[in-house]
Amino acid sequence: VENVRLLDRFSSRRAVLGTLYLTATHVIFVENGSETRKETWVLHSQISSVEKQATTATGCPLLIRCKNFQVIQLVIPQERDCHDIYISLIRLARPVKYEELYCFSFNPKLDKEEREQGWRLVDLSEEYNRMGVPNNYWQISDVNRDYGVCDSYPTEVYVPKSATAHIIVGSSKFRSRRRFPALSYYCKGNNASICRSSQPLSGFSARCLEDEQMLQAIRKANAGSDFIYVVDTRPKLNAMANRAAGKGYENEDNYSNIKFQFIGIENIHVMRNSLQKMLEVCELKSPSMSDFLWGLENSGWLKHIKAIMDAGIFIAKAVAEEGVSVLVHCSDGWDRTAQVCSVASLLLDPYYRTMKGFMVLIEKDWVSFGHKFNHRYGNLDGDPKEISPVIDQFIECVWQLMEQFPCAFEFNERFLIHIQHHIYSCQFGNFLCNSQKERRELKIQERTYSLWAHLWKNRADYLNPLYRSDHSQTQGTLHPQIASCNFLYKFWSGMYNRFEKGLHPRQSVTDYLMAVKEETQQLEEELEVLQERLANLQKSQSGDNKVKTKQQERSKHCGLYTSNNSLANTPQEYSNDLKSFPSRSPSQGDEEDSALILTQDNLKSSDPDLSANSDQESGVEDLSCRSPSGGGCLPSEDSGKDSDEAVFLAG
Amino acid sequence: MEFAELIKTPRADNVVLHRPFHRSVEGTLCLTGHHLIFSSRRHDNSEELWLLHSNIDSVEKRFVGCSGTIIIKCKDLRIIQLDIPGMEECLNIASSIEALSTLDSVTLMYPFFYRPMFEVVEDGWCSFLLEEQFESLCSMTNEWRVSYVNEDFCVCPSYPAAVIVPRSVDDDALRKVAQFRHGGRFPVLSYYHKKNGRVMMRSSQPLTGTNGRRCKEDEKLVNATLRTGGRGFVIDTRPLHVAQQARAKGGGFEQEIHYPQWRRIHKCIERFNILQESFIKLVEACNDQSHNMDRWLSKLEASNWLTHIKELLTAACLAAQCIDREGASVLVHGSEGTDSTLQVTSLAQIILDPSCRTIRGFESLVVREWLQAGHPFQQRCAQAAYSNSKQKWEAPVFLLFLECVWQIHRQFPCSFEFNEQFLIMLFEHAYASQFGTFLGNNENERAKLKLPQKTMSLWSWVNTPDELKRFQNPLFEANSLVIWPSVAPQSLQLWEGVFLRWNRPSQFLEEAEAERHKIVQYNKELQAKVNALRRQLAELEAQQDEENP
Repeated sequence: VENVRLLDRFSSRRAVLGTLYLTATHVIFVENGSETRKETWVLHSQISSVEKQATTATGCPLLIRCKNFQVIQLVIPQERDCHDIYISLIRLARPVKYEELYCFSFNPKLDKEEREQGWRLVDLSEEYNRMGVPNNYWQISDVNRDYGVCDSYPTEVYVPKSATAHIIVGSSKFRSRRRFPALSYYCKGNNASICRSSQPLSGFSARCLEDEQMLQAIRKANAGSDFIYVVDTRPKLNAMANRAAGKGYENEDNYSNIKFQFIGIENIHVMRNSLQKMLEVCELKSPSMSDFLWGLENSGWLKHIKAIMDAGIFIAKAVAEEGVSVLVHCSDGWDRTAQVCSVASLLLDPYYRTMKGFMVLIEKDWVSFGHKFNHRYGNLDGDPKEISPVIDQFIECVWQLMEQFPCAFEFNERFLIHIQHHIYSCQFGNFLCNSQKERRELKIQERTYSLWAHLWKNRADYLNPLYRSDHSQTQGTLHPQIASCNFLYKFWSGMYNRFEKGLHPRQSVTDYLMAVKEETQQLEEELEVLQERLANLQKSQSGDNKVKTKQQERSKHCGLYTSNNSLANTPQEYSNDLKSFPSRSPSQGDEEDSALILTQDNLKSSDPDLSANSDQESGVEDLSCRSPSGGGCLPSEDSGKDSDEAVFLAG
Repeated sequence: MEFAELIKTPRADNVVLHRPFHRSVEGTLCLTGHHLIFSSRRHDNSEELWLLHSNIDSVEKRFVGCSGTIIIKCKDLRIIQLDIPGMEECLNIASSIEALSTLDSVTLMYPFFYRPMFEVVEDGWCSFLLEEQFESLCSMTNEWRVSYVNEDFCVCPSYPAAVIVPRSVDDDALRKVAQFRHGGRFPVLSYYHKKNGRVMMRSSQPLTGTNGRRCKEDEKLVNATLRTGGRGFVIDTRPLHVAQQARAKGGGFEQEIHYPQWRRIHKCIERFNILQESFIKLVEACNDQSHNMDRWLSKLEASNWLTHIKELLTAACLAAQCIDREGASVLVHGSEGTDSTLQVTSLAQIILDPSCRTIRGFESLVVREWLQAGHPFQQRCAQAAYSNSKQKWEAPVFLLFLECVWQIHRQFPCSFEFNEQFLIMLFEHAYASQFGTFLGNNENERAKLKLPQKTMSLWSWVNTPDELKRFQNPLFEANSLVIWPSVAPQSLQLWEGVFLRWNRPSQFLEEAEAERHKIVQYNKELQAKVNALRRQLAELEAQQDEENP
């Protein structure tokens, strides 16, 4: 469709004309006229909602909201075209079969061998070995080998050595969806462990001998402690309500030596609504400070993030400081339980704070234990009530920790944002389906590619320059301050206003330091070369031809510097703020300022696939990056009143 | 008066000091004329605390049995607690601290007694003279001159002796204009934008009153800053209705019929008690130890602090925009022209002028736009957020300015030569200091107090090489461009370095800062080594060439 206008979210004056294309996998908007012909690409799987608004004199507006928090506003001249696009998008954004998803057509031009290698990058049995199991207390159980006991669990499950198959099967019958207690994390230092399960089917009085034996077996696997914590991550009221349905929670009287603990994390529906409310705040056109803070508070989002963190901190403390094992569950044990176990693991074990370790962690606590990616993130058309930002919350917890412990993580914010992006993009097979069983049936590993290999290949982009493996923050357990920590939780504009580049710091400390480090490395190399040459020169008085080659070599090095310096130097474009000002002056848009380069955009991201969502792409300037600066910086353009004065007064 | 009269108990033993995030320590407490000193008497001095009495904002006493507790709340927002055995000692100490922290006479303040322990490389009192500034202006334009019409501080008591005005306006005209402006603050040059020759002027409100008085000289002076056919904007920091109300009290604003080349823009920048209350509420919220997320956000919202920040930044961006983008000149004023006016003119310069983002340039900006421009520091910074005494002149005007600079710094972390510590240091010294720089309310008072002769300048200390090192931003890369910050709520954050400084764990953040330093430092060292080697090689090669032609 031609002559489509892409509106700026913050200003109706700043719209660009272009052509809209629909392909099998993407919505593409190509700008008319301008030399660069800017492109905006959106994957169909990223589309969370399409809204057709009332037709106006200029055309028919179409609003596309994406799961990665991009919002695109289009105006299409013909109502009929708009309707067609609307209908197509609605259909394309809700595939009904897995085969329709992008990962089955996405081809990064890797051969079979490379693909298989990619899938082998994260190996869970290797990970359990790293933790120190199997050992005298823990072993692999093959009771679930054909998913016979629990179809949402992996085939290889670690259980206490004293838990016989009989106990496991008995316990599984007493647990929701037969998700029996299994090992999530084992602490080599003191034998304490984190196990996970679903809620017991206790109702008001039911008991199960095998389940009681199972918990005892977990306790016995840790000789250092005479009890275990059972952590129910739900609010007490919810857990009690479950009893009426024959489910519920463990009765301390029936189980020997457990300490039972509720931690009130709300359910997926509350979280979904909370995110919705927060996104509404992010979308406000030019909110006042009060609107924003009030809306943020009202959404409850940060309160929920804190609740998840508090739970993780509680468990990490029990394991690291008290040496007590913990069993964690919620209702089904695949949402809150996954969040809490992975936060606790991250706090406990520095390995999970490395890039590779973080991939392993997601693979272990989320993918293998049957977190319902398909349902929660709406990859296929399904029940909208199943959708909830569960893993988004975990990713945010990690970011909050990164803010508190700037040197503790090997990866940077971009790594988290790209993982979030790909959980929804369906470009890689990792997060397809709801369980390992489904993925095996679909032969995901033979038909799609692994995200982890892709991220690993571009790991230079995701490094945190402050990370050093010998730094104190990278050793042992992290102790976040839980006392008086409300103000430590902050709104993450890098994620939720990800595409409003104008709202973010215009210079990236991370990129700057990475450039410095890169240059440092080159300097180190040159230093070596120079020292060697010097030594040679001083030793022998050799001829001049040698000198010449060396001079060439040197000039090569100099070249490297300059290019490198310019990267370190890049200031930023105050993205198109020129346009945000009432235009009168001829001096407007003069060369000096507009020649600036935005560090973040400039950042190549050697990631051609992500460029599907144009903001990462190298040469192509991102449309979305221009949006907010106007609204952000100066309120002037919001008013279309006649006099200059009125224009400024609008603020 | 002798300080000894105020100190009934100069020393108490077995006092226990409590601070957040520190272990409690037992030691000896001493009171001197200007300091409260606590020492654990360990060898390493690590547990020693020196607190200026003038830094103390409020003192609270509590008694349990026969031992007492004093809670001291400081202007730098820190709170400490001292447990003192003995009721009488405790009472004596508390009343001494109260008396010593609220001395009436300026000449009794510590700066008049302080003897520096560092070597003065450069006397800060002479570091930022107007004449130097004018010299650099002359290299760009000859449309301006230095006027000494206020030499004896008679024309305008809150202006410095020398000001820069349009060359075409003589001193007699200036005297007449001063009559027409609140407090005699006639329009003077604040900033000259090299790129297009536009200027920013500042003044106080015109005294138009209800019957619309006008002053030809004022109109001429204001218009003299425009080039032929040029336009200008008057940025009035008050909302229109406030400006209109001001007419009843003899104040007012520039009427368009009398200033046809000027457009007036009204902004809403709060003043005085509204700011002070906001400050108090914010600090209260930050000290709230309850674990309720919702309460924290609503308290933060209710304090309105970030709203003030947003308004202020927006007004400054607007002024900068008028100059840089619209190619217009700007006149900024509110009522008196000593508070919101200075916030706007100084922030606009941070945005427009790269030199203000260097350490020296920023110091110069503070001297020019705050100290010499007559911001009444002594009144505004007499008390901070904990004081119970309600005087009406206190307001965190300068702190708001510093925070806005921090907000811009956060958005452009590589464009400033100084770091966050530098801004925090200025905040501390504005409220309590061993230096005389921030004493007095204007140059007139400072001259009368003979501050340059009798006290040490803050700049003399800051600009010593050792101190400068502490304030340098390792990421600084000179950026010669205008930097436009975002003022959207998502882009503004609470300034934790000031408001949460004493109640958040800072170890990990400090480690991160140290790591950043280390990375850059190592790079620089390597660069130096490589350069040295290159030179050495080049010399050797040249020698060889000579030997084997």
